[in-house]
Amino acid sequence: MKNILQAGILAVCAVAFLVAGLGLSFGTPAYTDMDDYMLLHGQEETGSNNIVSGVVFDYRGFDTLGEATVLFTVVLGAGLVFRRLGKKEDEYEYE
Amino acid sequence: MSMSNLVRSGANILMPFILVFGFYIVVHGHLSPGGGFQGGAVIATAIVLLMVAYSCDEVCTSLSKNILKNSETLGLLLFIGTALFALTAGLAFFGNWILDTGPLFATPVAFGINPGNLNTGGIVPVLNIAVGIEVLGAMGLLILAMLGGMKGDGDAE
Repeated sequence: MKNILQAGILAVCAVAFLVAGLGLSFGTPAYTDMDDYMLLHGQEETGSNNIVSGVVFDYRGFDTLGEATVLFTVVLGAGLVFRRLGKKEDEYEYE
Repeated sequence: MSMSNLVRSGANILMPFILVFGFYIVVHGHLSPGGGFQGGAVIATAIVLLMVAYSCDEVCTSLSKNILKNSETLGLLLFIGTALFALTAGLAFFGNWILDTGPLFATPVAFGINPGNLNTGGIVPVLNIAVGIEVLGAMGLLILAMLGGMKGDGDAE
């Protein structure tokens, strides 16, 4: 019973993946002026030859600030989870 | 739990090259593919190599957690400070206030394909270096937190 269920779920997932990967056409993405603007003016406005760096650190700098903050929070959480219990320097004074 | 002599010698040889490559990626972030995040991760790989080749206690004697903590905080503060300082120059938050006026990184860039000059980019290289320092500290702290809890005694083979 369990094997049949697993095989069925696997078959459904495989069919869904194949239909999505092979059957559906990609479509035509909408035309935007944003990429042309960045390619034409990015070098002079941000001063960096690497347009990706120009976008990430200048045009979308606020987003990068969020990424850095996420990394900071990740380290805080991982340090909380993986802290070594029972060490002398980690013990609180009132314990 | 240190590895064999061969692995330790290989780590000793590879370590400076990994560090130089990481700093290269960070500093050239505004000219070539890469940037602060990638370069910081490469530098943190050197710490992983040390932790794998030597035991954790040997690494932790020379590389304390406080250095990594301070570098992470310093990177984030430098990032926010560089972004905030644009307000004093009359620009918006994250405005490029070094671009044409600053003492460093202020050479104007011509449009089109050019070989690139390290002294360009305004705040982009500064933010790259800040993010590189921060990612280096963060990844190092993660690695030390995860690998530091392993039992280092006994069955070393």
